[in-house]
Amino acid sequence: MANVREQVIGIIAEQAVLEPSDISMEQSLEDLGIDSMGLVESIFSIEEAFDIQVPFNANEPEKSEFDISSVAAIIAAVEGLVAKQKA
Amino acid sequence: MKRVVITGAGTINPLGASVPETLEAMAEGRCGIGELDIRDVDRLTIKIGGQVKGYEADTHFNRQQQALYDRYTQFTLLAAREAIGQSGLVFSGQLAAEAGVVLGTSGGGLNTQDENYRAVYEEGKNRVHPFVIPKLMNNAAASHVSMEWNLKGPSFTVATACASSNHAMGQAFWLVRSGAARVMVTGGSESMLCFGGVKAWEGLRVMSKDACRPFSATRNGMVQGEGAGVFVFEEMGHAKKRGAEILAEVVGFSMSSDAADIVMPSKQGAARAITGALKDARVEREAVGYINAHGTGTAANDKTECAAVADVFGSHADRLMISSTKSMHGHLIGGTGAVELLACIMALRDGVIAPTIGYQEPDPECALDVVPNTAREAQVDVVLSNAFAFGGLNAVLALKAA
Repeated sequence: MANVREQVIGIIAEQAVLEPSDISMEQSLEDLGIDSMGLVESIFSIEEAFDIQVPFNANEPEKSEFDISSVAAIIAAVEGLVAKQKA
Repeated sequence: MKRVVITGAGTINPLGASVPETLEAMAEGRCGIGELDIRDVDRLTIKIGGQVKGYEADTHFNRQQQALYDRYTQFTLLAAREAIGQSGLVFSGQLAAEAGVVLGTSGGGLNTQDENYRAVYEEGKNRVHPFVIPKLMNNAAASHVSMEWNLKGPSFTVATACASSNHAMGQAFWLVRSGAARVMVTGGSESMLCFGGVKAWEGLRVMSKDACRPFSATRNGMVQGEGAGVFVFEEMGHAKKRGAEILAEVVGFSMSSDAADIVMPSKQGAARAITGALKDARVEREAVGYINAHGTGTAANDKTECAAVADVFGSHADRLMISSTKSMHGHLIGGTGAVELLACIMALRDGVIAPTIGYQEPDPECALDVVPNTAREAQVDVVLSNAFAFGGLNAVLALKAA
């Protein structure tokens, strides 16, 4: 799943206009200056990159099954979805 | 009632990426219509258009901006930068609250719609970019102009097909004249030169395959164009107090509805709008020296428009000049009146009347002085700009020399 991690970090870095090396695992999207529009665009990019459906509703992000609390949480969630897809 | 003046103008269109470039092209009678360079053009019957060539979005907008700005919004923002830059206005405090933006467009983000319909229907994709809606909506351009320039007053978009920008500028004029706003940024934009956009127009069988030749007996239809024109309409006292350069005064506006047919124009409806604009401007018909015609190059429009002008002006119709710059830039649909207003300003300020190019043979049903093929020097004090839309919605503006 190293590939998932790299790709997700790449997507987040692009939204944050940062280098992938500047992204650390414990940071939240807010820490990285990514607003709600940037979040929705990131989720779109993740869906496109892995051909998965991310369960996320912008109206109630806290109730979504998809954990976006930190970069690590997002990577774990994407890894889960990718694994489910392959199963 | 307040008086309203124009203190800034901006554009990007097939003739140029600024007002000076455009006016130079109009004065030279240059043609901006050429072969369309768009995806799947080989499947189109109509392969020409007034395209903005050599345009690179990357030069003007970053990746995040491009994710939100359809081509029609990009054109609008570039034209607004030129216009507001020329006006010298900075919108803050009370002035920001009393300044707004009203723009015309017919298709809005049609390129965005076309691309995304293609993705879901043709390519079978089940997912589209999250910003499709804010990118395609008809008010996106007006909203982005308001955000870029801090315009917090009355702001909206008008969609009346080919008369959209004249209707928009008419609203801007009335808002400033009534005192509801001190400054209005106004005009219009269009960009529907994509496969779906051109294909839809083909269906009507009113498009020319070779050129737009308004009023010429050999005319065979309209040619689509794209681009934007934006102006700063300002209360005259406010403009004079700050020593702003005044390009022209807006003196009258009128609109009418034919209430008759969804595509065929009506002489009476057009004549009522022209008469209404003269009355609103309180000018005698003999004072009008130039009319920028709607002049689409279709059989129906041109003869109806000439008949309406003959009816309204009587014997003076033979003394005034009337030209269609669509022969050079094509029909910019919802943005066309805005780009054509530049020809009106050139007539008033520079004494240069833009020609109707491509004129080959007189048509007895269009027997007016259409300034064929070459620009003319003439002193004019009052000019009109006609726009007659599908759906029978007419909008005529009257301008006076500053």
